[in-house]
Amino acid sequence: MSELGIVYALLGAAIAVLLAGAGSSIGVGIAGQAAAGVVTEDPSKFAKVLIMQLLPGTQGIYGLLVGFITLSKVGLLGGQVAAITPQTGLMILAACLPIGIVGLISGKYQGKTSAASIGIVAKKPDQFGKAMLFPAMVETYAILALLISILAVSNIPV
Amino acid sequence: MSDMEFTYAVARIRALEVSLLSSSVIEQLIACPTEESCLQLLAEKGWGDSDTPLVAEAMLTRETEKIWETMRDMRIDMSVFDVLSYPNLFHNLKAAIKEVCSKEKHPGIYFEDCAISGEEMVNIIKEKDFSRLPASMANAAQEAYETLLHTRDGQLCDVIIDKATLEAIYQAGKEAKADIIRNYAEDTVAVANIKIAVRSQKTAKSMEFMKRAMVECESLSIDQLAKAALNSMDAICEYLSGTAYAEGAKALADSASAFERWCDNRIIHTIQPQKYNAFSVGPLVAYVLARENEIKTVRIILSGKANNLPEDSIRERVREMYV
Repeated sequence: MSELGIVYALLGAAIAVLLAGAGSSIGVGIAGQAAAGVVTEDPSKFAKVLIMQLLPGTQGIYGLLVGFITLSKVGLLGGQVAAITPQTGLMILAACLPIGIVGLISGKYQGKTSAASIGIVAKKPDQFGKAMLFPAMVETYAILALLISILAVSNIPV
Repeated sequence: MSDMEFTYAVARIRALEVSLLSSSVIEQLIACPTEESCLQLLAEKGWGDSDTPLVAEAMLTRETEKIWETMRDMRIDMSVFDVLSYPNLFHNLKAAIKEVCSKEKHPGIYFEDCAISGEEMVNIIKEKDFSRLPASMANAAQEAYETLLHTRDGQLCDVIIDKATLEAIYQAGKEAKADIIRNYAEDTVAVANIKIAVRSQKTAKSMEFMKRAMVECESLSIDQLAKAALNSMDAICEYLSGTAYAEGAKALADSASAFERWCDNRIIHTIQPQKYNAFSVGPLVAYVLARENEIKTVRIILSGKANNLPEDSIRERVREMYV
């Protein structure tokens, strides 16, 4: 068994969790500042702006999901570590990249869009539904990246 | 500060913009039969505090204080508002110089909500310790003080300080990263130059006086403006019609109050796009200007009501609203 293979696979899982988690924390942080600004003046809008703040939080969950699938794929969760060649390890690493990189970038931009949409909720609370659609659009691309990462990790023969 | 540092403050401003007076509220105010009913309506809209008396001046003063209380509460670098606070700061300087030179005391002539309070300003002038003033004020303060002391010419002292104010605003605008501050500074200086030209034309001032009062800016040539002012009011309008202030020339031809109204409306038009900006300092500056415009408009309505002016003459002086 080559240990380099498992190192690559673990690196892949780490990248998925780290980058997507960082993207989400940046996004939730930006949206959280805007949400705090609105609640300072109008605490009755707390529930609405909280939902907006949480929208960029999904990338971190997607990264975690891909990380879990990867760990379970290489047998680290079951206690029986699979024998993985360096080539297979690199394949798993490549399969983790989409959600890692897209998660980082989309998390940040979804946070900015959420902050802008929180401005809509602040002025026109009845337009909450429309306001939520704008940050939700950014989510599409995180989901696409998640899909490819899951498909690729699951279908790599180990 | 990067634009993202203003996220909290901008969202707070968005929530506060809801309570800005809209054009329909202004119409309601104009339709009120008396000054008291106007004040009552304003109190219902959240103007003043629970302990503020229903007196026009008290309410307007309290609202002006609230603008800066809100901004200080935003936890942002207040130097971004320098361009807006310089007029009050330089007013304090002007008042302090006159108080020290005349050796007379007049209460309530200072803006206390300033970087340098009235009392501190008087101490600086008394001790002639001009180095304690910001760099943009120190030279003008010394020159104005000595001029007033030697010549007793109050107008000359005013001209020196007013010019220094405009120069400080222009410099702060040039150094600002935000477009809105740069544009505001340019507009303020250009409009001040136009006002100087108009007043100088009406009072037959010399070219030398105008040059002394006007400040160079990009959108106007003060040489040409001053030459036009030496000629006639039509010459000023003709010169302005070829600049970015062509609309102002039309307003100027109508009346002085139409021109003042145009100046304020122009600022409101400049800041309108900030309603859709979710980051940067722009919406904060826009809010301060919108509140000042709102207070000015309410003041016009209240004094109109107090003097029993007809609704139409109040309406033609009322400014456009930000929201």
